[in-house]
Amino acid sequence: MKLELRGITKRFGSLVANDHIDLVVEPGQVHCLLGENGAGKSTLMNVLYGLYDPTEGEILIDGKPVVFKDPGQAMAAGIGMVHQHFMLIPVFTVAENVALGNETTKTGGFLDVEATRRRIRQISDQYGFDVDPDAMVEDLPVGVQQRVEIIKALVRDAEILILDEPTAVLTPQETDELLDIIRQLKRDGKSIVFISHKLREVKEISDIITVIRRGKVVGQAEPTASTTELASAMVGRAVRLTLEKGAPRTGDVTFKVRNLTVVNPNGQRVVDGLSFDIAKGEVLAIAGVQGNGQTELTEAILGVQPHASGSVTLDGEELLGRSVKQVLGAGVGFVPEDRTVHGLVGTFSISENMILDLYDKAPFASGLGMKPSVISENAAKKVEEFDVRTPSVTAAVGTLSGGNQQKVVLARELSRPLRLFIASQPTRGLDVGSIEFVHKRVIAERDHGTPVMIVSTELDEVVQLADRIAVLYRGRLVGIVPATTSRDVLGLMMAGVPAEEAEASVKAHAGTNPHAVPEAAGREGESDV
Amino acid sequence: MSEKTTPEPAAPAGKHAAKEPAADSPMQASPVEDVASGVVIDTAGGNIPPSAVPSSSQSGSIRPGPGDSLLRQIFTGNAMVSLLSVVLAIVLGGILMAVTNPKVAATAGYFFAQPGDLLTEVFRPYAALVQGSIFNWAGTDTAAQLYPITETLTVSTPLICAGLGVALAFRAGLFNIGAQGQIIFGALFGAYIGFTWHLPVGLHLLVVIVAGLIGGAVWGGVVGLLKARTGAHEVIVTIMLNYIANFLLLFLLTTPAFQRKGSTNPISPFLDQNALFPELLGPQFRLHAGFLVAVLATAFVWWLLNRSTVGFEFRAVGANASAAQTAGINVARSTILVMAIAGALAGLAGITQVSGTEKYLSGGVAASIGFDAITVALLGRSTPWGTFFAGLLFGAFRAGGVAMQAQTQTPIDIVLVIQSLIVLFIAAPPLVRAIFGLNPRKKKPTQGGTAGSKASGVKSGAAA
Amino acid sequence: MSATIQPPASQRDADAALSKGDAKAASELVSWKAGIGLGLLAVLGTVLFGLLANDKLAGFRIAEARDPNASTVAAWVTLAVALAASAYLAYLWAARRRQGGPVDRWIPAAALAAVVVLGLAALGVARLEKVAAPSMAVGWICSAVLLALAGYAIFLTTQRRPAPRWVGGVFAVVFLVGFLVWIVAGGRDSEPSISLGGLLAGSVTLAVPLVFGSLSGVLCERVGVVNIAIEGQLLLGAFSAAVVATVTGNVYFGLISAGVAGALVSLVLAVVSIKYLVNQIIVGVVLNVLISGLTSFLFSTLLTADPEHLNKPGRLDPVDIPFLADIPVIGPILFHQSLVGYLMYAAVIVVYVGLFHTKWGLRVRAVGEHPQAADTVGINVNRTRFRNVLMGGAIAGIGGSFFTLVSVDAFSKDMSGGRGYIALAALIFGRWNPIGAFLAALLFGFADNLQSIITIIGSPVPSQFMAMLPYALTVIAVAGLVGRSRPPAASGIPYVKG
Repeated sequence: MKLELRGITKRFGSLVANDHIDLVVEPGQVHCLLGENGAGKSTLMNVLYGLYDPTEGEILIDGKPVVFKDPGQAMAAGIGMVHQHFMLIPVFTVAENVALGNETTKTGGFLDVEATRRRIRQISDQYGFDVDPDAMVEDLPVGVQQRVEIIKALVRDAEILILDEPTAVLTPQETDELLDIIRQLKRDGKSIVFISHKLREVKEISDIITVIRRGKVVGQAEPTASTTELASAMVGRAVRLTLEKGAPRTGDVTFKVRNLTVVNPNGQRVVDGLSFDIAKGEVLAIAGVQGNGQTELTEAILGVQPHASGSVTLDGEELLGRSVKQVLGAGVGFVPEDRTVHGLVGTFSISENMILDLYDKAPFASGLGMKPSVISENAAKKVEEFDVRTPSVTAAVGTLSGGNQQKVVLARELSRPLRLFIASQPTRGLDVGSIEFVHKRVIAERDHGTPVMIVSTELDEVVQLADRIAVLYRGRLVGIVPATTSRDVLGLMMAGVPAEEAEASVKAHAGTNPHAVPEAAGREGESDV
Repeated sequence: MSEKTTPEPAAPAGKHAAKEPAADSPMQASPVEDVASGVVIDTAGGNIPPSAVPSSSQSGSIRPGPGDSLLRQIFTGNAMVSLLSVVLAIVLGGILMAVTNPKVAATAGYFFAQPGDLLTEVFRPYAALVQGSIFNWAGTDTAAQLYPITETLTVSTPLICAGLGVALAFRAGLFNIGAQGQIIFGALFGAYIGFTWHLPVGLHLLVVIVAGLIGGAVWGGVVGLLKARTGAHEVIVTIMLNYIANFLLLFLLTTPAFQRKGSTNPISPFLDQNALFPELLGPQFRLHAGFLVAVLATAFVWWLLNRSTVGFEFRAVGANASAAQTAGINVARSTILVMAIAGALAGLAGITQVSGTEKYLSGGVAASIGFDAITVALLGRSTPWGTFFAGLLFGAFRAGGVAMQAQTQTPIDIVLVIQSLIVLFIAAPPLVRAIFGLNPRKKKPTQGGTAGSKASGVKSGAAA
Repeated sequence: MSATIQPPASQRDADAALSKGDAKAASELVSWKAGIGLGLLAVLGTVLFGLLANDKLAGFRIAEARDPNASTVAAWVTLAVALAASAYLAYLWAARRRQGGPVDRWIPAAALAAVVVLGLAALGVARLEKVAAPSMAVGWICSAVLLALAGYAIFLTTQRRPAPRWVGGVFAVVFLVGFLVWIVAGGRDSEPSISLGGLLAGSVTLAVPLVFGSLSGVLCERVGVVNIAIEGQLLLGAFSAAVVATVTGNVYFGLISAGVAGALVSLVLAVVSIKYLVNQIIVGVVLNVLISGLTSFLFSTLLTADPEHLNKPGRLDPVDIPFLADIPVIGPILFHQSLVGYLMYAAVIVVYVGLFHTKWGLRVRAVGEHPQAADTVGINVNRTRFRNVLMGGAIAGIGGSFFTLVSVDAFSKDMSGGRGYIALAALIFGRWNPIGAFLAALLFGFADNLQSIITIIGSPVPSQFMAMLPYALTVIAVAGLVGRSRPPAASGIPYVKG
């Protein structure tokens, strides 16, 4: 099936998310949409998928114009989409999720679950998915959940499959498996739209690359184009692909975690006997696929996990069992992974968000009273210093873009003397400019002599920022390795393979694994864009 | 989950990005769109439950002001919506009264001959309401003419206090439906001290007030405690505690400790003279110093919410409990504390009843103040001074309603209808604007309504 | 923290990604709540049933049959059926156990029901007319059992093992028996007695509006809309049933109009909260005030002026189901109902089957759990919500007709008396499940009915405290249980597309 987008424009208020975008996807072709976060890729695909009405422009399938009022119509026309944040209902079984919206029923509207099960098994066998139709989705690993999403599209006979940032949550090995699946689908004549900002996989899988920048198509490229070329096309200026940072000047080890264990409400050990140290002036990056205990680890240190045991000391002071306020008061700066839920109060002004965890400290308060003038002066100063783009410090922080919101969080957390800085997914969803800004600030804090702990699921970010890398798998520490460790070793470790075994396995396969070869060379030019 | 499907309602953050957070600029946004973007911010894109307070009552401005003409702002702004809501509710109330009034039907028969008769009949209840709440033009002397307005202030006093309690809890994200029970507890504690102890002037009243505050705080605090410790939903708990408090009051009024000597009715003795609020305008008016206490309470709540660290905690917990917790705020403690303070404010309302207006304790001491307080807080958009003026308005309705019932036999229940309609309209500004055709210019008239409503980001449910 | 806060997606992913097999860690989480709670209740029970007991006999009359012969026949048949059913269920249970497979959840529940029916049928066969229990002896026995159970639960907690579920169940039953014996023995007569059949049948009757109300809540919350307006729906349903039935002279028109009236309340709830995105709880609360004011106003102006033509609806009389109604004890409870009562059974079954076994139900639950996901597979979220809220309103409205067509045959001010809120509690207590809500509503109906029966025979407790019972029970239920149940994830959160 041939898909054509002509002059698609989508405006939100005065914001132009897509500006006259033209795109042609040929049958049996993998078409990559390359662009950084916020470039308008997802908006474009949501228009195609019937989630948004385009402001202007038309969609043609096999040359015939079509209008999709809702995703149901897009699906009926043979378009399937795997969303970056999976659209699965956690408390439903795989079969129920697959059936939803496309139910097979017996007379009287009763669900025919058996028919759905059969279809799932059939597709599972065809593509080697190994998915149990009766498993509850919330019990499945992320990689399997993604396959459920693909099954959802295939059950509906999708001819065009849109994959929105599909590798964001996968290990490198899982990514390779996904790329294999995409090749299989392509052989079956399906058209694939592959959305990504990761140059490595884009170059590897695509037949043709369309680069989008700030809502506009800025050009097309062959997969043979150089990494630097693609990166600058995507960002619109020459980008330094590596972060400039000096060697760490590490001091004393001040932050120690010993045998930290966290049990979740279901009684599972989500963090299992972790022990590690961070020295002053050093960045320890916690790598791992999302959902392997990172969230609980940071929450346990912060003091919001009720069932944590073990020991966490900062300068010899025990943090575990303290309240959040005491932990923050001990000099811990914390950037939570989900800024809109945990980092900011969306309807509060920027000024108030700038003091969200300092509201009862001098100079913002004395006794029970707060000092509004000091608070807004502080905000004005910080907005300037951190280049937060806003019409006013009284604007609700929720009206800001993701990058500016993150700058508010950073401004708040870095504005007091720190003895430990923890940032969880510090650049998730940010554009390149903001990413560079955040990274520079993190390294500056390190060079200031603060122990820094970065939690990131983006391997690129981990490799760039870290002085040492700790890999988590199912709540356990797989190993702590130097920042120079190769991507493949890290990838295997993220799948639970211990460091030495991973090294050995990578060496053994160095000659045969086609994906490993460009790795060593490609690492140099790799960036997190 | 929704980070991608719910676009951040703002411009991209690139170095060269436009300066204004454009998506919510009033120039383009329809009112429904405004509300929608507010909701998206309030719920962090559908990830957390909406707060109990309109986002316009929070510190951050969702719609930066400049860009709109002053005139347009006046006509589409909050104040205008509030005014129109009141007008609309009064009109609907009038229609309801008219269609249920047999005299109206009679005069309608000869409407064209003497239209005045019909209109007089329709407006009679409202005239009585104004006469009973603001100014009695039929009064023989100044005192009689001004009596209604003092009645309004008297009736408003407990409404304001209890309304503040409800509003404060709203700000902390708690739906305090339990003002009724908290008023009863405040009145119970205060009245007991008031008629059993005998203390000097000044001190007695003070002790009574403190006892009332404690009584309300206990009954409110229990709710906070249950919510914080077990997660029990405060709506259900407060409603149940209202019933329990009411039955407890009825029980106590049959015991020797509370029942008036020699009375078979379930009422308490009169409170000591020293335990009563002084009358402000002499014995011919019921207005007492409790009203001044209500003003002080309003100022206190304003300070608490806007100028104190405790209030900052309350507001943060109410707007986003997860972020508050991450920022080191003790959510459980805030929940308990805010419910205790809210209860204390409602308890104060109970005190103004027993020490001011009623002077003794009876089963009907709380009347329906606790429920009216909810509408008062909602009308006041949960801001302290908003609640104060809402309390005055509903106090006027109540005071006037009594006069109206006496003069025109219109049941006072109509006041409930008008009150709730006002609150309903005020909560949905786009609805009011749509009714009065005040919506800012339509976007893209060529594409018609369907595109407009879908582009607005909210599927019209009415289409279903 | 608030129990309603939805865990962020990332956190849920985290929970998902970790294997469930780590059961060893579960022991670290056994809470003291159960042990302490049972302990306190056991002490309370000992004080009341043991120390405060008198030496009277507490009598429980078994409902007397209208036609003894038919009753005996029915009792024997029921006994046989119940025996067969129990045997079959026991066989199934054992067979599943032996295969090592999981036992379906319905089997133990059904087995329990069969045994209860068996026992009641046996009473009928034995033609027992009255059971008399010596209150002192029963009181002490119950106290001893309660203390033993609480002690066992606390012992298990010290061993870091959770108390098995039967402990709580047996505790509840024993507590109830002890309480009943104690409270009945405290009656004014020298040999006080109550009708057991009347107590149970009355409970079901009083539960009718609660069941309808909580079903309305289930339909709304499952689709992501919190419905506080149940109270208003019941009230307007009652009002409309009374007026329409009187005006048309036909109670069935009254019944239908009650449904329409309930849906009308829902319409406002839906428009304001779904289309205009106003906080659902606020809309619900305000609607209740509005309906209360409106019906009171109309009652005071129109209905009291001319009750003959506006407020004399007539009644929906109970209808016996042939044969089944003759079964002793059970018959009068289950098969001697008004049309509204039978509609209640039908509604519970339809809503349950609909929600969990049909395409419609799958979509409804999807919208309530994860509206974005539902949207991406082509389900119109807000339309689904709108439709369900209307349906819920219609059901609650029909429940409201109970007040004016079954219970009393005239409308009076605020006659729903807060039952809408108790229905809400029943919904939470029943964990957002139609069957659970039904059972919880029965429990509240039981408390309500017990209260009025005890007031009649006189009781050691002041009547005001007995009147508090249903409300206190609700607080305990909601506070004690919420930690273990989880509402639909998107409940209360408005859906903004795009």
